[in-house]
Amino acid sequence: MKKKLVIIGNGMVPGRMLERLYEQAPDLYDVTIFNAEPRVNYDRIMLSPVLSGEKTYEEIIIHGDGWYVDRNITLYKGHKVTQIDRKAKTVSTNTGETVSYDKLVIATGSDPFIIPVPGHDLPGVLSYRDLDDVEAMLLAAKSCGKAVVIGGGLLGLEAAAGLKEQGMDVSVVHLMPTLMERQLDEAAGHLLQRELEGRGIKVHTSSNTKQIVGEGKVEGLELEDGTILPASLVVMAVGIRPNAQVAKEAELDVGRGILVDGRMVTSDPDVYSLGECAEVGGQVYGIVAPLYETAKIAADHLAGVPCEAFKHTETATKLKVTGIDLYSLGDFGQGDDREEIVLRDAQAGIYKRLVIKDNKIIGVVLYGETSDGAWFNNMLKKGEDISDMRETLIFGQAYQGGAPLDPTAAVAALPDDAEICGCNGVCKSTIVDAIKDKNLSTLDDVRAHTKASASCGTCTGLVEQLMAVTLGDSYNPAAITPMCACTDLGHDDVRRLIKAKELKTIPDLMQALEWKTSCGCAKCRPALNYYMVCDWPDEYADDYQSRFINERVHANIQKDGTYSVVPRMWGGMTSSKELRAIADVVDKFDIPAVKCTGGQRIDMLGIKKEDLPAVWADLGEAGFVSGQAYAKGLRTVKTCVGTDWCRFGTQDSTGLGIKLEKFMWGSWTPAKLKLAVSGCPRNCAEATCKDIGIICVDSGYEIHFAGAAGLDIKGTEILGNVSTEEEVMEHVVALAQMYREQGRYLERIYKWAKRIGLDEIRSQIMDNAEMRKAYYERFVFSQKFAQVDPWNERVSGKDKHEFKPMADLKLEPAE
Amino acid sequence: MNAMTENWIAIGKLDDIPLRGSRCVKNGDMTIALFRTAEDQVFALEDKCPHKNGPLSQGIVHDGCVTCPLHNWVISLSSGTAQGADEGSTMTFPIKIEDGDILLSLDGNKA
Repeated sequence: MKKKLVIIGNGMVPGRMLERLYEQAPDLYDVTIFNAEPRVNYDRIMLSPVLSGEKTYEEIIIHGDGWYVDRNITLYKGHKVTQIDRKAKTVSTNTGETVSYDKLVIATGSDPFIIPVPGHDLPGVLSYRDLDDVEAMLLAAKSCGKAVVIGGGLLGLEAAAGLKEQGMDVSVVHLMPTLMERQLDEAAGHLLQRELEGRGIKVHTSSNTKQIVGEGKVEGLELEDGTILPASLVVMAVGIRPNAQVAKEAELDVGRGILVDGRMVTSDPDVYSLGECAEVGGQVYGIVAPLYETAKIAADHLAGVPCEAFKHTETATKLKVTGIDLYSLGDFGQGDDREEIVLRDAQAGIYKRLVIKDNKIIGVVLYGETSDGAWFNNMLKKGEDISDMRETLIFGQAYQGGAPLDPTAAVAALPDDAEICGCNGVCKSTIVDAIKDKNLSTLDDVRAHTKASASCGTCTGLVEQLMAVTLGDSYNPAAITPMCACTDLGHDDVRRLIKAKELKTIPDLMQALEWKTSCGCAKCRPALNYYMVCDWPDEYADDYQSRFINERVHANIQKDGTYSVVPRMWGGMTSSKELRAIADVVDKFDIPAVKCTGGQRIDMLGIKKEDLPAVWADLGEAGFVSGQAYAKGLRTVKTCVGTDWCRFGTQDSTGLGIKLEKFMWGSWTPAKLKLAVSGCPRNCAEATCKDIGIICVDSGYEIHFAGAAGLDIKGTEILGNVSTEEEVMEHVVALAQMYREQGRYLERIYKWAKRIGLDEIRSQIMDNAEMRKAYYERFVFSQKFAQVDPWNERVSGKDKHEFKPMADLKLEPAE
Repeated sequence: MNAMTENWIAIGKLDDIPLRGSRCVKNGDMTIALFRTAEDQVFALEDKCPHKNGPLSQGIVHDGCVTCPLHNWVISLSSGTAQGADEGSTMTFPIKIEDGDILLSLDGNKA
């Protein structure tokens, strides 16, 4: 007979407790959950990204309905427990259910604190606590009116930034002189205020709310000094208080929260409490890391597994507003027995402060650049003596002991017990062991198995670096958010700044954007070179030393260091003359392998680098140009025979394919771009798994895009229908240019489309003729500089040095 | 270290190697890759990545390192050792530059 476990509340903490309990003792309890919210368990920390529109509710669900079904858990959604009868060991709800328990867990969380000023109960006054609040705010934001957020703490600022993202005119009213004063010192508070003001959020510090005004709904907010701030929405985010009501009524011991011992047991040995409603060791917690710790302890205790009692540890605070990096930890008040180390770079918006006592770090404030947070946190926790590295300490881990300036190496050097994920208390060795033991290769896998970076996500970069260190070759670095170790900027920021600051050379860019390395690395240089080529086609001089070898020598490097060569065959059409020329080249240069490619071309493999110019010279004489089979650029346009030959063909698919290829060849794109044109819906050219595909129909042409048939398999999406070849050209070229301008280097078109949104792309290319024409014109302009056959250039002597050894010591001994 | 070497072979001029680029020197079956960094330093390594023998001369040169074109291992130009978490090393050769002439010694070292 299983014991009955009843849980009041279905937030993140009891959710975590159940996960742990099912790991430790899967068959011990029958579980019943009462959730006052009509939902499953979702990640409340991620409400801010939902508000700002960066995530959807579905993306932040922790346990979907299936999770409860799989475990036979009875989940009452939208049922509020109104009474606990401890004698009878039952709970009753507002809907009339009564359920008995052997063990009860109270996880009722907290309620937002509502300041009892006049007008606080007007419609349009919201708190910021759950998904209902977020949905109400999103609805209010549709009006694009004015909003006031009361409270300049973590939640208030996230709400303000989110509402601003949604197009509202936002003011923040804060009682204290600086923002986030509990987490930030004055200087960082000012930097933060300046950043928010720069985004158009008005900040009123040292301001007290007198009343909320309005007739029947919110119309504004009056401050103590008489200032009136007009607003159609007021969000109160001034704090929370533990929701201990139901426990109090059941006569459990209650202080500020429900009193529990170090094992989360209340004054009744069969009743536990955890989460924001519980008070342990005199503390009530509101951040997830210590709460998850309480979940683990309660689960172990319920499972009858030995565990240590709860101990308080310092927890770092991070602000989840995109583009603002902020980290604070520990004690940063001033005092005679303390020293501090401060680094400021106003230009770059960086402020770092370490508070030191007895040669140990006791407080950390990082603003603008937070990558060393985990490292400082580790030293603080261990109480490490920092006297030896005092002079360079503030510069971070990468500057200690002459270690290279490489964050990946810095992560590799972290001790095994260094904490990587603060929210979930996951240390380095846990992640590394999971990656190795369970063969994890994606970030999602690591999140699923270890929980690292699964809550607020600010440690994602660290986890990815750990994956890179652990997995080596098999990890795909393109997935990392910062462009590379040389910068903290992501690709989108870099692309934006290239245009905004008119950065027209790679050295200029590295100077202006404060690259951390002197001349970049093999990840950022090719990306930057592409962005420059794309954005400044007439002004930028292509930097061949920043191109991957294939694009530098216009052939594909093979595993033995030889190359393969693929000449262009327009639309996949060839002739006896061309085939004869290829046969002659193969014989003359003793080329070991010849193969047909998937893009309807002929590939000659195993050519020695020194022979390349001569091979190209012969191919060039037969009329061939480079097939650019090596390029992050237009590759092939595959076609079927269409109306020329096929009894089903509806249009001249071959002719259209050749037209497209002749128009678009030579263009560089973020990743390779493969096209196909099929003459009828039978689709013999396989156009529906291409980057861009055309399906000819009787009435015209169906334009497809964003397909994939490589690492991922994905059918295309339909861009729209057009009726003439000219329209096909204009739409396809405009789409390619939009992708060229917005794509991240190495991001295939289907990934770009997923990120940007199909509707957005359709509205710009199909519905907005003006934008489409502008994209088209920019592509045409860029082609003026791009359509030069690279093979012919090299046959004529360009980059001669690439193909000849500098010296041959055995042939010509030095004089 | 270089001072001990007596047999210097002149192999060309500094300007024969593109800035942040590489050229090869053939020595029988062995190929030696010469690299010129952004700061005009020249280094010589055997043209073989310690990982899977990729031709390092075909890689991208950055900050005193070269990234192998086959699987992106990063090799230090001065020591020949793999950077980051990768382990392995490539033979290095002493170089000196006199009046723009590059002199190479075939006394290779392996870290």
